Amino acid sequence: MSSEAVSASAARREYSGAMAWLTTVDHKRIGLMYIAASMFFLLVGGLEAMLIRIQLAEANLKVLNPELYNQIFTMHGTTMVFLAVMPLLIGLANYMVPLLIGARDMAYPRLNALGLWIFILGGVFLNSSFLSGGAPAAGWFGYAPLTSAQYSATTGVDFWIWGLELLGISSILTSLNFVVTTLWLRAPGMKLNRMPMFVWTNLVTAFLILFAMPSISAALILLFLDRRVGTFFFDAAGGGDPLLWQHLFWFFGHPEVYILILPAMGVISEVLPVFSRKPLFGYAAVAYSSVAIGFIGFAVWAHHMFTVGMAPVINAVFALASMIIAVPTAIKIFNWIATMWGGSIRVTSALLFAVGFIALFIIGGLGGIFLATVPIDFQVQDTYFVVGHLHYVLFGGSILAIFAAIYYWFPKMTGRMLNERFGIVHFALQFIGTNLTFFPMHILGLEGMPRRIYTYAANLGWDPLNLLATVGAFILAAAMIVFLYNILVSLKNGKLAGDDPWDGDTLEWATSSPPQVYNFAKIPSVASRRPLWDVKHGGKPLETAKEAHGIHLPAPSIMPLVLAVGLTIMMIGLIYGLIPLVIGLVIFVAALFGWINQPA
Amino acid sequence: MSTPISANEYEMERDHRKLAIWVFLASESIFFAAFITTFVIYRGRSVSGPGPREVLTLFVPLVMTIVLLISSVTMVQALQAIKEGSRTRMWQFLLATAFLGLAFLGLKGNEYAHLIQEGVTPSSNIFGSVYFTVTGLHALHVIVGIVWILAVVAKAWRGAFSATNYLPVELAGLYWHFVDLVWVLIFMVVYLTEQLRFM
Repeated sequence: MSSEAVSASAARREYSGAMAWLTTVDHKRIGLMYIAASMFFLLVGGLEAMLIRIQLAEANLKVLNPELYNQIFTMHGTTMVFLAVMPLLIGLANYMVPLLIGARDMAYPRLNALGLWIFILGGVFLNSSFLSGGAPAAGWFGYAPLTSAQYSATTGVDFWIWGLELLGISSILTSLNFVVTTLWLRAPGMKLNRMPMFVWTNLVTAFLILFAMPSISAALILLFLDRRVGTFFFDAAGGGDPLLWQHLFWFFGHPEVYILILPAMGVISEVLPVFSRKPLFGYAAVAYSSVAIGFIGFAVWAHHMFTVGMAPVINAVFALASMIIAVPTAIKIFNWIATMWGGSIRVTSALLFAVGFIALFIIGGLGGIFLATVPIDFQVQDTYFVVGHLHYVLFGGSILAIFAAIYYWFPKMTGRMLNERFGIVHFALQFIGTNLTFFPMHILGLEGMPRRIYTYAANLGWDPLNLLATVGAFILAAAMIVFLYNILVSLKNGKLAGDDPWDGDTLEWATSSPPQVYNFAKIPSVASRRPLWDVKHGGKPLETAKEAHGIHLPAPSIMPLVLAVGLTIMMIGLIYGLIPLVIGLVIFVAALFGWINQPA
Repeated sequence: MSTPISANEYEMERDHRKLAIWVFLASESIFFAAFITTFVIYRGRSVSGPGPREVLTLFVPLVMTIVLLISSVTMVQALQAIKEGSRTRMWQFLLATAFLGLAFLGLKGNEYAHLIQEGVTPSSNIFGSVYFTVTGLHALHVIVGIVWILAVVAKAWRGAFSATNYLPVELAGLYWHFVDLVWVLIFMVVYLTEQLRFM
């Protein structure tokens, strides 16, 4: 039935080779491109991290000059947050969410492609600042007035502004798509309380992006006007207030932290049950605690600003709210542990990464409780203690979960298994390297080492721990090499995976590996949280929904790419003048026109 | 906007584009909230004149508000017309809506000229900075709304839309009403509270 039905969408153009990828609207190809591009940016950000660690290995080193050092740590932070972790998670969700909910694609496939292309071009745009007078050098949260035209005279900050605007547009469009897809395209019978947990956390994340991103988009516009038009938004001498930037930035910036961790928690909630041979313990509690984190996450932003001189009562309120977040987080952790408790555990690379996530995330979370305590924060604000904390959460947390997801879903995406032996070596190096790099930073912070310093004096006693951290960073680099080697080897020679290599319970394992372009020849009908378990152990074949039509696949389109190109050229114009702005606008409008008139 | 595509046609009986636009508008609300909050925070903090009470009048913005509110009524009328199957009445009302939008922009431009003449620019003082940013970004949204409405009119002229197929009209309408609503907020915060000295 399927081949006949697919060809039903008759007179459409088909492309092959590179054009097929450039015009694709298939969520799986888009997801793979997201993952590939953000892996590339992860390597770029990782390289920047290595430069930082080499520079700090000993006192008084001069590997980088101070100006370049500032650019490197700014771009390291910006790259890791916006170009690596966030799009890695979005890419995974892009690939998996339609499969997990039993849909054929996202609700708006062309919009999905548009989000991808804006992300890729935005990343290239942001990094091109290195070649055009210097990258931004004001830190990843770009505090005013350091970002003003007076103190950041190169175009670096302008590239940062419009690069982040592009990435903001991209993630808002994609989130819109996720919300509609998740709420409307679930297979029949998949009620909200039957959705896989990764879908749940991704839905909450999509709402977080939709409500957090506009705040930084607005702040960036104000910053640009200050720099180029001469407004006074962050200029105290003109009546403005640099603190406004901090409020607008962290109103985005703190929910962003949950944007980076919630989908990771979703991954853990998928991986642990499968390798413990048990259903997720406390499904509802895990789901609702994600929603709770989403809500409370918007009420904690000023805990980044305890030292700016807010009233004590305001500090206290934000401290309390921040600590309350520990409750839904701990609920998840207990449920994960309870999921494994008494389970028949299969130790695979994916499971190791998931368990490693729990361990490292607990350490990171405890550091967070310290920092949420106002007097302690007064003491360690802007020290390496903060750097250690945030890396435990984002690197030990999100990145380990992303690796767990890749080991878990690689067979589905490629049809081949990753090598388990390499996987275990990768995990060991990753786990040791993470602790070696980031634990000493806590102690360095308590000893008073400020973050972002270019070098330090020899008599401060910071040398041994810094050297240890640098050694850890090299171990992490080795871990990454093992991982990439594993990917390359397994793509070619990996064991064939089959449809369901892990004996999974969710719908993605009900289709082929890799799935056909239409995902499911027949849309499945769902009767529980574990539809595939029902099939395997209930003895009935996977029920399929009644469909009024055959498979309708959206036609490929080049317009999303063209539109993204136009938008990016417009951003160049906002920095360099009217001519690129007009060219970009013309391309943008032409693409929009072409888009609207294209038969879907 | 574009025609949406769904891979899952069995779901298409209930169209989800309305959900998409509502979620988008919710996101936009945060965007405008940031600017309007900025205006409120920076009230009375200009280090040099002229301030809002010297240069802003209440009458013209009131007229602008009424113009936009009427344009919302014509938008509703356009939707009602196509629901009743009259495409002609629909595009006539849509054109009226777009025209009222243009009239709003004209009055806005006039106000800008007046303020610049009085020495208020984005770089004159903090009031100028916030005033031009808030109203300018709103005006940009009005322009997008007008283009959107005209695109719907163009489609209608080529024979699109009927009593059973009018969702794109409704979507454009939702956006337009949102832009009106934002203006009403701006009117209250930027003009009314200044002139009536509530705060």
